[in-house]
Amino acid sequence: MSADTLATAKPAVELEGITKRFPGVVANHDIRITVEPGTVHAIVGENGAGKSTLMKILYGMQKPDEGTIRINGAEVSFRTPSDAIGVGIGMVHQHFMLADNLTVLENVILGAEPKKVGMLDTASARRRITELAESHGLRVDPDKLVEDLGVGDRQRVEILKVLYRGARILILDEPTAVLVPQEVEELFQNLRELKADGLTVIFISHKLDEVLGIADAITVIRRGTTVASVDPREVTARQLAELMVGSELPTPETRESTVTDVVTLRVAQVTMEADGYHAAADPAKLREEGKRLLLDDVSFEIHRGEILGIAGVEGNGQSELIEAIMGIRPAHGSIELDGQDISQWSTLKRRESGIGYIPEDRHRQGLLLEASLWENRVLGHQTRKPARSGIWINRRASKADTERIVKDYDVRTPGVDTLALALSGGNQQKLIVGREMSGEPRFLIAAHPTRGVDVGAQAAIWDHLRNARAAGLAVLLISADLDELIGLSDTLQVIYRGRLVAALDPSDITPDRLGGYMTGAIAGTEET
Amino acid sequence: MPAGLNRALLTVAGAVVAIVLAVAISSVAITAAGASPLDAFAAFFDFGATPRAVSNGIAAFLNRAVPLFIAGLAVAVGFRMNLFNIGVEGQYRLAAIVAAYVGSTFEAPAPIQIAVIIVVAAAVGGLYALIPAVMKVTRGVNEVIATIMLNYVAINIASYLVRGPFAGQRAAGQLTTTTPQLPESAMFPNLNFLFEGFGLLPPTRGGGLWGFLIVAIVLGVVIWVVLERTRFGFNVKASGLNGPAALASGVNPKTMVIAAMVLSGAIAGLIGLPEILGDKGAFNSNFTAGLGFLGIAVALLGRNKPVGIAVAALLFAFLDRAQGPLQIANVPPSVITIIQGVTVLLVVVANEVTTRLALRLEERRAAQQLSSKTPVEVAA
Repeated sequence: MSADTLATAKPAVELEGITKRFPGVVANHDIRITVEPGTVHAIVGENGAGKSTLMKILYGMQKPDEGTIRINGAEVSFRTPSDAIGVGIGMVHQHFMLADNLTVLENVILGAEPKKVGMLDTASARRRITELAESHGLRVDPDKLVEDLGVGDRQRVEILKVLYRGARILILDEPTAVLVPQEVEELFQNLRELKADGLTVIFISHKLDEVLGIADAITVIRRGTTVASVDPREVTARQLAELMVGSELPTPETRESTVTDVVTLRVAQVTMEADGYHAAADPAKLREEGKRLLLDDVSFEIHRGEILGIAGVEGNGQSELIEAIMGIRPAHGSIELDGQDISQWSTLKRRESGIGYIPEDRHRQGLLLEASLWENRVLGHQTRKPARSGIWINRRASKADTERIVKDYDVRTPGVDTLALALSGGNQQKLIVGREMSGEPRFLIAAHPTRGVDVGAQAAIWDHLRNARAAGLAVLLISADLDELIGLSDTLQVIYRGRLVAALDPSDITPDRLGGYMTGAIAGTEET
Repeated sequence: MPAGLNRALLTVAGAVVAIVLAVAISSVAITAAGASPLDAFAAFFDFGATPRAVSNGIAAFLNRAVPLFIAGLAVAVGFRMNLFNIGVEGQYRLAAIVAAYVGSTFEAPAPIQIAVIIVVAAAVGGLYALIPAVMKVTRGVNEVIATIMLNYVAINIASYLVRGPFAGQRAAGQLTTTTPQLPESAMFPNLNFLFEGFGLLPPTRGGGLWGFLIVAIVLGVVIWVVLERTRFGFNVKASGLNGPAALASGVNPKTMVIAAMVLSGAIAGLIGLPEILGDKGAFNSNFTAGLGFLGIAVALLGRNKPVGIAVAALLFAFLDRAQGPLQIANVPPSVITIIQGVTVLLVVVANEVTTRLALRLEERRAAQQLSSKTPVEVAA
């Protein structure tokens, strides 16, 4: 427990025995957290550990099945977020909820507009915002359009919005996920000032070094329950990580190298403009003109039996790189599969030629949620056996092959006719992994393959990746989980602002140093 | 497959509730219009006093259902992909006049003559639907706006053609302009023998029971097979359920937009043929209008599935047939439109509710079956 508590003050937030069940799943189980007022309290845990559910409960978006919530000593029961706002809780969501075409001021007062004889009272709103901004060190120009603001500024607007509604307890859900390092430092400065003003901040994250840098107290959540409350001055990142993942956690070690010297995928000078593809554009010239590039001269090779890991803070070009390789979005440069130039091929042809793809967002790109499992097995394999039979879909063979995936990949489902949405995230992901491994792919893109899945599924997916690698598959692994990257990859590249800035050997790199490259704090000395 | 059966039962239950509610709401409207709901509903089931009138009533009912069914199919093919082909109206009218004209320019044995007319109609409808498809694919023009605008273009071209280039001989004393009369070999044989099979008198009005009913049934089966069993149908379904996932799986969204739109237009091209080949033998200025728009309602009501669309088309036709009896019963026939409108609205609402309910049940069922053997899992 935090050491610097004031003996007399009542805890700002006290959660006791919070349990939340979803059909067949326990998302939160007996959660106990005490947050002292005027502190930054971090809640850490892996993706899928139940942090988001907990925050939704605390913000009134979901009702707990069991347990009590006490705010400043008084027991409360929230039915909607307005109830939570009413007692002074404010939430800054991971994805900003701002209207781009309104000014900062308009965004802040939206939904809580001050009125004077029925008219919008902009003057008093402006006064209040300036006052809040100054007293908390949140500098923003209230008359700027939100669409002209950078990510860091937008986040400050979100915080202002919450403060404007009178919040004294702020929940920040993964606030640093979208920020570059300088912005993270600025955010932390803002948080320290808020703390100095007596506000309480609940900071949700899974980035350990950041948590250690800002938090006064840390609560660790694992598999839906609180496993420890620790003092950040007394733990190391390593210890915290162990608490987060638990000792039973399978480590993604693949030390025995299966890398051959046959190049499966060669990506050369892939460049992508931010403002749409122009076939005639010359990448070198674009660079000279200072055009914003989402991918800038990306080149790498992946050999048979090799896993190449791409590390990077999300939004530095990973999605664009995947889209370029899959042929979903046009880019300059060349992409070769087994010596064949595929850069002009359609997505379908690329898939047919043996590229598998585990998408980063399985609900958006990987599944037809309202279709059965066997139909999801067909997805992406419409033109190949066993799904295809002339112009027809071979339903019987597809179902049989889905049974195989269900069995081999341990997908827990009542049957192959069940709709995909009825499965838990981990089982959906196992189905996708099984599907993408079908048809003997030569090259696999695995984007965040274990995001939001439970530990058991994670271990299984890692096993499958390792086995496929041993069988000669070339894998491009993109992940936010540094342990996964370091443990699985044979080679590591770091992507930062659309460029590959460093090539590293995963056998002698620590998460700390990798983080340094990812955030641009260490310049790429080992650049290729 | 009990899961599928569950879903189907829920759907039917939802539709029944919606129709009962629609009848209740319509009763209020009829009462407000100063008529008796009981008289009105009696009129719907009043097929006539004499056996001949009953036969004619049944034939008129089925004849009305055929074009509605085809129109519903045309709209549904687009809807399946979240593509709103509002242009069915224009597509079928343009197709009808061109097919009627082309058919009148030559004479061949009946099967060939009819086949040519059908192919021409489908081609014209498909080509006319290609315009908004190309606009959407190349320039991102919203197909709703493009097809609505193209409806006006098509309707006016059709009325120009029937008066000008495609005009035929106008019989003395006739006020309507018309295309040249089709040769006898183009007329689709009627199905009046069915009535005799049921011991009824054959219908006499409007060309009897149109033989195009057979074509419509075959078309319905073919569309079902295409949508439910082929790769193309799978791609349509995938694109409709989740565009980004379809794209990532290698489905080319542009090709799909063009294919679905042209298929929709080609089906739409056939909407006018039952009337031309079964009764009128020409496209004239009295040609039945509005079937394309009704097709939207029919497709919505039928949940974009051929069987559902058939039921919806029969329901609409059943209501439409009562025009005459309602007037005789002193009920304003516009109550038909009220009932149709209310039914569509309520069924759409019911569909939404039952879909959600079905999905929720499915989730719960899966969770229950697994809860015994699954370790505690965690939702993000």
